[in-house]
Amino acid sequence: MKAFTSHTGTAIPLRRSNVDTDQIIPAQYLKRVTRSGFEDGLFNAWRQDPEFVLNQPQYKGATILVAGPDFGTGSSREHAVWALQNYGFEVVLSHRFGDIFRNNSLKAGLLTVILPQEVIEDVWSRIEADSALAVTVDLEAREILFADKKVTFELDDYTRWRLMEGLDDIGLTLRNVESIARYEEKRPSYKVKTLPVRS
Amino acid sequence: MGKTLAEKIWNDHVVHSAAGEPDLLYIDLHLIHEVTSPQAFDGLRLSGRTVRRPDLTLATEDHNTPTIDIDKPIADPISKLQVDTLRKNAAEFGIRLHSLGDIEQGIVHVVGPQLGITQPGMTIVCGDSHTSTHGAFGALAFGIGTSEVEHVLATQTLPQAKPKMMAVNVEGTLRKGVTSKDIILALIAKIGTGGGQGYVIEYRGSAMRALSMEARMTICNMSIEAGARAGLIAPDQTTFDYIKGRSHAPEGEEWNRAVEYWKSLYSDSDATFDVQVDLDANSLSPFVTWGTNPGQGAPLDSIIPAPSDFAEEGARNAAERALEYMGLQAHTPLKSVKIDTVFLGSCTNGRIEDLRAAAEVIKGRKVASGVRMLVVPGSARVRQQAQAEGLNKVFLDAGAEWREAGCSMCLGMNPDQLKPGERSASTSNRNFEGRQGKGGRTHLVSPLVAAATAVRGTLSSPDDLEG
Repeated sequence: MKAFTSHTGTAIPLRRSNVDTDQIIPAQYLKRVTRSGFEDGLFNAWRQDPEFVLNQPQYKGATILVAGPDFGTGSSREHAVWALQNYGFEVVLSHRFGDIFRNNSLKAGLLTVILPQEVIEDVWSRIEADSALAVTVDLEAREILFADKKVTFELDDYTRWRLMEGLDDIGLTLRNVESIARYEEKRPSYKVKTLPVRS
Repeated sequence: MGKTLAEKIWNDHVVHSAAGEPDLLYIDLHLIHEVTSPQAFDGLRLSGRTVRRPDLTLATEDHNTPTIDIDKPIADPISKLQVDTLRKNAAEFGIRLHSLGDIEQGIVHVVGPQLGITQPGMTIVCGDSHTSTHGAFGALAFGIGTSEVEHVLATQTLPQAKPKMMAVNVEGTLRKGVTSKDIILALIAKIGTGGGQGYVIEYRGSAMRALSMEARMTICNMSIEAGARAGLIAPDQTTFDYIKGRSHAPEGEEWNRAVEYWKSLYSDSDATFDVQVDLDANSLSPFVTWGTNPGQGAPLDSIIPAPSDFAEEGARNAAERALEYMGLQAHTPLKSVKIDTVFLGSCTNGRIEDLRAAAEVIKGRKVASGVRMLVVPGSARVRQQAQAEGLNKVFLDAGAEWREAGCSMCLGMNPDQLKPGERSASTSNRNFEGRQGKGGRTHLVSPLVAAATAVRGTLSSPDDLEG
């Protein structure tokens, strides 16, 4: 995973609430067996509409998605995170995220930042007035900077550290492999096993 | 201080705990399917890792699989590649796989319980948000993404931040024709799709105790639609009776030891929940969705709301968008909505009791002309059982299609899809835009409402049918 310290880019307003992961990437696009190439499926149904915000030329190249509340609800598909990353997004701002989507994003290195809805509204109106407005997301300081504003956000120390170091979660867990083995020795014998197959 | 059921299970699975870090939880069962696993296996190969516990892992093919001509190769080459990839990965890493055509194949959340592999007190994960289904057994079960699938394959553990606890108390007795699907749809309409976010929901109360295991699974299944990653119900005699004798149930002295542990799995009387929600079972009636998220629902005998009925701006805008997408007029009766397709199936309502309930309504009647009804059992075993009971004949005589097992039209990854503008009454779990096919419109319903709707061609309950 790429380390994330701070990111500055332009932002795009997605003024919709309850954007579920089926909208982010429809099921028909989930058949690939790789982690790349999902950008074509991103918001596929909505992109058929020339008015849709992703089709507006002034937001081309934006790397920060500013979404309505309850972004990423529904299905656990991590493909939704990959589609956003494959398209070029580094950060998503929203008042509230679906739990599994949020978890997936922070595992895969897409920074999802929770902000009060008033801040989201403020960013929306400013980037709608000036699509070239630079927005900085500083993970180290846990701050968003845009225009003359500075807003702090919360993220637990552990996740922040992991993202800033770009650490592989599995590698971290395997440091505790002896604890895992000890736990396994104590598991009761009635605990179910899938093998051998019983019928 | 007392502990909640979820806290007890959590504490029993902590492998490693340190201040400022998420707890490392042991995972008792990892379920796998073809869609969210290929990149995880690739990750293992890239880093030279292996599967730590193939004997705690189980794979099925369900999302992509066709529900007709299953003896022929899968026609869609991309679906075929994904299924073939799972077969190759399962063989390479020594994982038990139930493939298309196998009697144990089916939707992963139907297969676990029917094999007796889903048991109380377990931690269960799967790269699928409806893993919460298994919570019906008093297990802590939740959906994970592909990065986490790889993590569980490699370590049989997951680092997890402790969730908050929500109690949903459902007291009273359901009226005839009202099902567990109506309970969960009414709950989601009440608390919203974000209402359960960050929580594990424990469903409690006399109405829960009275439900069968399969009805409980329907409720826990849709916890994620309320935003909660997991939902569970304390195990009781109903649970133990359901498990006993299944192929992977403990036997002999092991059974006694297991039950002794399972009986300790309940929330202590002095346990604290972060939030409590009450629902009155006596006052519930059949419930349907009118919008494009599962929280946009209403009693079947009411009218479609208008955006102006919602005080909050976000909800108003969402309702306006939803009505436009759904092609519906505000303030028209829900029972006047005409349906093209009825889908009976999915991990929510594709079990034998669901098929029995729908068959009883449709028996001796006909599917309305111009309506297509698809009956897709949740697993090959459910299908076999239904055929043994003659349910397939009931559906076929009514003019419905009797299909092979799989996820099918719940998400339309296989050819079972709605066409643009088509409208379904569906026993599945999500009414998102385009979920059942691009431009398709979905109303979520119970199996009873699905069957009555198939007969009348408009959203209906069995009470609306003559004689």
